[in-house]
Amino acid sequence: MRIGILAVQGAFIEHEKILTSLGHECVELRQKSDITNIDGLVLPGGESTVQGKLLRDLDMFDDIKARIDDGIPVLATCAGLILLSEKISNDANTYFATLPVTVKRNAYGRQLGSFEQVADFAGIGPVKMTFIRAPYIEKANDNVNILATIDGNIVATKYKNQIGLAFHPELGDDIRIHQMFCDLM
Amino acid sequence: MDNTQYELNKGLAQMLKGGVIMDVTTPEQAKIAEAAGACAVMALERIPADIRAAGGVSRMSDPKMIKGIQEAVSIPVMAKCRIGHFVEAQILEAIEIDYIDESEVLSPADDVYHIDKTKFKVPFVCGARDLGEALRRINEGASMIRTKGEPGTGDVVQAVRHMRKMNAEIRKIVSMREDELFEEAKQLQVPYHLVQYVHENGKLPVVNFAAGGVATPADAALMMQLGAEGVFVGSGIFKSGDPAKRAAAIVQAVTNYTDSALIAKLSEDLGEAMVGINENEIKLIMEERGQ
Repeated sequence: MRIGILAVQGAFIEHEKILTSLGHECVELRQKSDITNIDGLVLPGGESTVQGKLLRDLDMFDDIKARIDDGIPVLATCAGLILLSEKISNDANTYFATLPVTVKRNAYGRQLGSFEQVADFAGIGPVKMTFIRAPYIEKANDNVNILATIDGNIVATKYKNQIGLAFHPELGDDIRIHQMFCDLM
Repeated sequence: MDNTQYELNKGLAQMLKGGVIMDVTTPEQAKIAEAAGACAVMALERIPADIRAAGGVSRMSDPKMIKGIQEAVSIPVMAKCRIGHFVEAQILEAIEIDYIDESEVLSPADDVYHIDKTKFKVPFVCGARDLGEALRRINEGASMIRTKGEPGTGDVVQAVRHMRKMNAEIRKIVSMREDELFEEAKQLQVPYHLVQYVHENGKLPVVNFAAGGVATPADAALMMQLGAEGVFVGSGIFKSGDPAKRAAAIVQAVTNYTDSALIAKLSEDLGEAMVGINENEIKLIMEERGQ
């Protein structure tokens, strides 16, 4: 399969390494002309404000949104989750807004609030989750699958073709979540 | 700092990759930087070019001023402390800064010892001119490295020199026999396990940005093509004619650093670049601070 990885800013190489090791071809999406025939899409961690701005400045936004609307499998982590969310409770901006949830940016505070925790992930079991200046989901529509929560806050969801995570599965050596994403293709 | 915290701190640097970190001196500048696409801002009272012009002793910024910037933006906020001044670092940690830059731009507080960064929970970025300096800082607990360059000059020559030197040394270590690594560690004055990591992975164990003298989209793309994972821009933005436009152009040039047609377009009508000073015209060599 050919997976497009949004590569305008952030930790995209980490996703690329894991997906390549699983036997997939990865293409870095840095401008409009890179968005060709892809079977899957990764929206990596980074700064959502930067990624959101570059998606517009580089005229990539509409093409990528069309792919998501068409039902291409999407794996979104941290900043990627913010790009997908329909509402951001502490920011007036929204981006693709294809995932019917309300997300809170920097929900755990600044870097000193970053943490790592093992929690249950539906269909996989206990997963070590790394949260870096992370968001969490405050509210999700009834038709959204909740895959993991920590202290009552939603940190992993699946809705149709989209997997949205508040944490970074690309930072460890656990490939089970990436495998779950690949199974959607 | 336990190992988990160090991994989280290295992880934040990974999230900054492919981005531009901009020096700002006021909340207004911080907002301009964020709107232009900065992935983080460095809060300081005076940008390096002005520190150079003013002379005297240059210290950590007023915490109140830094807090004003923290409140103005949602992206990570970094701040500088003097080399070896662990109390300035403690203060920055107390106000929950996202990253501390133990920086040669400020006057060093200690001419022998750097801060023992392993004693902190907050992450540190440090400058380096070569692989030895970089690995010594990492051994002291730095979770991100940047080239020193020569701050506040608008002259990219030293950043280029430092990035080339570091990467040449990395390539040399990769090509060595394993039994030669012990001597290499001795020559570089760094612990063996870090040399071994470089030998096996062909890179530093932490993210490496370019800094010092970057003033144009072309400068930023040059540093990226030379192997930088992102770019700090200090005086280059707010000492130029049209900071917002120049900042946004540098951000795009870092993302598409090999697309010369796009960089050509981004370089049009940016207004005046910072005037800059040539390396032969400067009296104060900041890169020699802290080795």
